[in-house]
Amino acid sequence: MRKALAVGLKEFRQIARDTRTLLILLFVPAFFLLLYGYALNWDIRHVRLAVLDRDHSTDSRQLISAFVNSTFFDRVADVSSMADVESLMDRDRIRAALVIPENMSRDVRSGRQAAVQIILSGDNANTATAVFGYAQAIVRGVSAALQIEMASGRLAPPPLSADARIWFNPELKSTLFLVPGLIGFIVMISCVVSTSLSIVREKERGTWEQVRMAPINTVSYVVGKTIPYFVVSYASALFIIFAAMFLFGMPMRGSWSALLAALSLYVVGALGTGLLVSTLVDSQALAFLVSLLVSLLPTMILSGFVFPISSMPVPIQMISLIVPARYFLVVLRGIVLKGADAAMYVQQFGALALYAATVLGLASLRLARERG
Amino acid sequence: MSATAVTVRDLTRRFGAFVAVDHVSFDVEPGTIFGFLGSNGAGKSTTIRMLCGLLRPSSGSALVGGIDVTRDPEAVKRRIGYMSQKFSLYELLTVEENLTFFGGLYGLDDEQLARRKPFAIHMAGLDGRERTLTRDLAGGWRQRLALGCSILHEPRILFLDEPTGGVDPVSRREFWILINSLASTGVTVFVTTHYLDEAEHCHRLALMHAGRIATMGTVAELKRAFTNRVVFEVRTNAPMESLRALDGLASVEKTSLFGTALHVWMKPGERETAPLANRLAERGLSAESFEVVEPSLEDVFMDVVERQEGAAS
Repeated sequence: MRKALAVGLKEFRQIARDTRTLLILLFVPAFFLLLYGYALNWDIRHVRLAVLDRDHSTDSRQLISAFVNSTFFDRVADVSSMADVESLMDRDRIRAALVIPENMSRDVRSGRQAAVQIILSGDNANTATAVFGYAQAIVRGVSAALQIEMASGRLAPPPLSADARIWFNPELKSTLFLVPGLIGFIVMISCVVSTSLSIVREKERGTWEQVRMAPINTVSYVVGKTIPYFVVSYASALFIIFAAMFLFGMPMRGSWSALLAALSLYVVGALGTGLLVSTLVDSQALAFLVSLLVSLLPTMILSGFVFPISSMPVPIQMISLIVPARYFLVVLRGIVLKGADAAMYVQQFGALALYAATVLGLASLRLARERG
Repeated sequence: MSATAVTVRDLTRRFGAFVAVDHVSFDVEPGTIFGFLGSNGAGKSTTIRMLCGLLRPSSGSALVGGIDVTRDPEAVKRRIGYMSQKFSLYELLTVEENLTFFGGLYGLDDEQLARRKPFAIHMAGLDGRERTLTRDLAGGWRQRLALGCSILHEPRILFLDEPTGGVDPVSRREFWILINSLASTGVTVFVTTHYLDEAEHCHRLALMHAGRIATMGTVAELKRAFTNRVVFEVRTNAPMESLRALDGLASVEKTSLFGTALHVWMKPGERETAPLANRLAERGLSAESFEVVEPSLEDVFMDVVERQEGAAS
């Protein structure tokens, strides 16, 4: 154990003196959080809307205010011709236009069908589809209200409506869903990269060989080498969790101790992954590449960070079972968003522990085998 | 317990079909400097790695400090010091921190560290520079610090793998003075080098070529192998032309340029200069002097290698 301490102390000193690496370890993750946290946002609000009202009736005004009140649309222009719509759309001043035909009110009131036109900028198909969905819902709502008013002679809400309550994230802010994923993503990448580089650097410099000449067993060396990185990575992870709370309003509804426990297992697994990578390659450039490959892609795509696992094909779902972020994200989201009890996540905790034990075991085996 | 410091018998290491070390046997007496010579890829480093317990031999045996390297490599590691040509120190640590780390690695306690650190610092000539970052040390200082790190635990056997690579001549000389003084305290030193001038510091030499020990003995013994052969150093104003003129003469085995002079290797038993002078005269050349020179280790080395390759082909 004295030997492991000697290794740990040495590693701490090296990290502390290598200011650049230390800063990278501590602050780059937070920087990424900022960058991605603001950039990754699926919410579509405040779509710039031009209104071409050819009807000028009470009903048309009611339809327009329904659009504006929805907050999905910002009425930025009132125009009088299609040419104006075209010109605004071309200059990207508006993203959508609502065209209300002449006599809409009269037609509707006399029992005929009338159509309003929604013009959308389709340069981003996903956004256009979503906006069209919003617009349709608004028109349908107004249409239903008109129907009832005509039948009963008074303005009344539709008899049957779906009243949604969105739990945990009532405003359906996608950031609340994404930020925990980002935390898992960033922690994984920085842990894997920093550990694998630190060991491969020793291989390149020749100190690795020198240390292997000494009577120290693999486990002591690995423990000594990992502890400092655990401390630094853990600090960095906590830092971005706080940043997520203050900058993105991520709530903390569950228990800190459960969160810290899950984070510990996750960080150890990530460090073990880095260690395993370092036993497979001999150059820093290759270590960097392999580290990114094993941490970035699976954590981004197969963890449920961005794409829901349940909608993946079954074989891909099977592969995602070995991605630790998959479990960490469930626990993290559960604790911070739902305030769930750690006891509900026994499976996930188990999976994280199993992953950490497996990669550390494999890495130790590889290290022991290097002795030829 | 064997009386020798290192005993190697038929040591062999294969990497797939390639035999890196091929039935190597030798003994190293305690307190001597044993030099291991050979070109790159001759099998020196592989042999050292086996002796240090880092690489398993494919067959054969090696006892280091009386311990079988195959059976108990960890015990071997505790008893030996190792230093490589890379002077593998941590550049971001100070002189003293490097010593503390390597001391810790060898399990030294505080009392031992307190005693050995000043010794190593003094030996490396780094008194007063304990807090200097290793990064800022010049090659020669690093080399001596690396040596200091490798002897903190007072090993009785020290392995030096090309310890003077990339170091200036003055530092190399100082380094050999250190090595000699270590040996005089009874430490056995096993050193590989391809600087042949350094080999002259060794009590015994083994010359490795293509995985085998080509020849072994003291420096004097190795040179004596040349006693029935004469090498003339020929001074002439036209070395290139003279070289071509003398090459192929019946009594001449081979010729080589040596600085501005020529070295003419005579066949065994031949020592007449007259045929040489005649041949030069025939071609309108002349020699200022013919001088019998003692073969250098380089000559011995080249000769052994050439004969081995001749035998192999």
